[in-house]
Amino acid sequence: MSMSAVIPQPVERENYLNTKYGVWSWLLTTDHKRIALLYLLSITFFFFIGGFFALLIRLELLTPAGDLVQADTYNKLFTMHGMVMVFFFLIPSIPAVLGNFLVPLMIGAKDLAFPRVNLLSWYLYIIGGVMMMHCMLTGGVDTGWTFYAPFSTNFTNTKIVEAGLAIFVAGFSSILTGLNFVVTIHRMRAPGMTWSRLPLFIWAHYATSIIQLLGTPVVAVTIVLVAAERALHLGIFDPKLGGDPLLFQHLFWFYSHPAVYIMILPSMGVVTEIIACFSRKRIFGYHFVAFSSIAIAVFGFLVWAHHMFVAGISVYSALVFSFLSYAVALPSAIKVFNWTATLYKGSIHYDAPMLYAFGFLGLFTIGGLTGLFLSALGIDVHVTDTYFVVAHFHYIMVGGAVMGYLGGMHFWWPKISGRLYPEGWARLAALIVFIGFNLTFFPQFILGYMGMPRRYYDYSHMPEFQILNVLSTAGATVLGVGYLLPMVYFLWSMRYGKPASDNPWNAAGLEWKTASPPPTFNFDEEPVVTWEAYNYEELDAPHPQKEEVPVAR
Amino acid sequence: MPDSTLVGLQHEEEHHPELLHHFADAQQQRDASSLGMWVFLATEVMFFGGMFCAYLVYRRWYFGDFGAASKSIDATLGATNTAVLICSSLTVVLAVWAAQTARRTLLIGSLILTMLLGLAFLGIKGKEYKDKFEEHHVPGASFSFENVPIPGHPGEYANPRHAQIFFSLYFVMTGLHALHMIIGLGIFTWLLALAWKGRFTPEYHTPVEIGGLYWHFVDIVWIYLFPLLYLIDRHP
Repeated sequence: MSMSAVIPQPVERENYLNTKYGVWSWLLTTDHKRIALLYLLSITFFFFIGGFFALLIRLELLTPAGDLVQADTYNKLFTMHGMVMVFFFLIPSIPAVLGNFLVPLMIGAKDLAFPRVNLLSWYLYIIGGVMMMHCMLTGGVDTGWTFYAPFSTNFTNTKIVEAGLAIFVAGFSSILTGLNFVVTIHRMRAPGMTWSRLPLFIWAHYATSIIQLLGTPVVAVTIVLVAAERALHLGIFDPKLGGDPLLFQHLFWFYSHPAVYIMILPSMGVVTEIIACFSRKRIFGYHFVAFSSIAIAVFGFLVWAHHMFVAGISVYSALVFSFLSYAVALPSAIKVFNWTATLYKGSIHYDAPMLYAFGFLGLFTIGGLTGLFLSALGIDVHVTDTYFVVAHFHYIMVGGAVMGYLGGMHFWWPKISGRLYPEGWARLAALIVFIGFNLTFFPQFILGYMGMPRRYYDYSHMPEFQILNVLSTAGATVLGVGYLLPMVYFLWSMRYGKPASDNPWNAAGLEWKTASPPPTFNFDEEPVVTWEAYNYEELDAPHPQKEEVPVAR
Repeated sequence: MPDSTLVGLQHEEEHHPELLHHFADAQQQRDASSLGMWVFLATEVMFFGGMFCAYLVYRRWYFGDFGAASKSIDATLGATNTAVLICSSLTVVLAVWAAQTARRTLLIGSLILTMLLGLAFLGIKGKEYKDKFEEHHVPGASFSFENVPIPGHPGEYANPRHAQIFFSLYFVMTGLHALHMIIGLGIFTWLLALAWKGRFTPEYHTPVEIGGLYWHFVDIVWIYLFPLLYLIDRHP
């Protein structure tokens, strides 16, 4: 009794987490921050489902003989791995979790423009996810995530229509998220938050949303046509009936190539925030970084046929698409050079988010440069459908997108949870992820260049490929540990982590000017912005103690 | 605007029951809703765009067959439907104007008239589908399109497989358009219920405006579908 009288218990202030309890306060919430957490739980679930398939794939390839699973099962494994990871993890990952949480906070709004639509988008995602789970548990699909016709429409006996519908529904969830972001960024900015004061995370999400809005409907209608073709044998994609399977590929890749930029652009936005904060500098060439996001979104729509160089398109159009694919490298390179220039003479801190950002820089550069190999017609013909392609897109989609996602989760975790994660463990995890990733995927570049085709479960005619495959499988195990660790210590920190201050990184940006975790309506008073973005020189100048970066435990 | 009016307006808006908590004022809410509908319509353009793309590819390849197949559809019904939809656009505009100027009877009347015209469109569409079904022009097992001459090329007959592609596109495109009409009828039922309760005022009538935008968009899709599907190669 006397103790409690002497030491007053600190009263936790009301925030979005403790304002209401109970299942319905979460399932019927319209608060963008709670919806972000709903998404976080659901995409983590699908990440581990997809990871489980990846594990089985890697175990099968440990030995040259096809001994762990049968050929049909293997076809289903890589198909479901791709579908789950692309449509149910990567596409919603950063936008639906970090974007949902941060877009209103960063621009000084109380919520997204359409909170109920935001909740609807989560329910659509869940409906699509349940359909996908049902499809996988009752047989799955074996076409590869690309659904190529006429195999998907006329030949395979697996559950194409159900998987297609699941992706159709999840696609609408993605469209609604993009719509909400575009309207919010246009209409809900706080007074003084002009376009050139927006954090570059917002610019990246704006560009992402444009792709989601203009690309997703096209894949939706393509799926409708595939389902109709399968049910009624219309002939739209069937060469026997006068249809054209290449038309399917055109329509499919018109969305699915830009979809890669849906995955990587938000990650670039995250990395921009992290690099500015941990270099304590204004980002170099703000406008170039901002408009390179828009340029990537625009160019991204003009390169889809580079997936079809060997499919029988004309050499002339292949040349044009090859040239345009090179053109995408320009805005991507602008970003990498500007990040590097930001680091130059910066006061660099090696905290866990920054380690992930460094990892992103290296891996994205490798992934991007090998993309140029693949844009070149001659090399592409040589390595099409080999592990070179597999390695290339995993460097972008896992090395790029997932590194950014994890970096962002660490950077904003104090804001999301109100707790600090254990810095030492986090740095260790970042290192493990980086090593595990390279060990998994770098050997695949060599395998592909040596000629190992993708999607084969048995390579016993080429036993010399085994050593590199063993390395890759070993790397995947390390990578798995690296992904499990953050989940463990994030959960741990929610209960045992040290309480975070409002701005533990002494970072610029409106999201750090409210409490951690923020109150339900984000700001106690409507913020008015009078400063430029990334004003780190100003932030650091007047204070005698330079930063309040938490010390590693 | 004089300051006193501005203050009065803001005061009123703060208490307006339709202003959601996260908007600063009614103007911001209106702008957001309207931009949201425009952006949504952009996604709809892409949704139909994929099908228009498929249509254009096959129309170029199989022009004669498409002409023959197109000629088998009743253009009079199609033209009537075009007229019906243009009239419904007029009634939608009237509804928006009635909401802006607080004419409740006109608003309710225009909404009902719009819905009746929409139903008439779907009825005529149903008649067209029934004709196609009876003529065995629905793609699938019982599809038949034998010995149909290609317009303008005496002695040449359409390839039934290529005609089937035309009819596939015809049914998918008009079918998805009809689905949009049905969703539009749902939206207008909701608007009618709100109008009946007197919820729309000159200050708050955004739902009528954005519902109207959606209706106009669906009309415009039809304005493209009609010539592309019904009038490919009509010769007198």
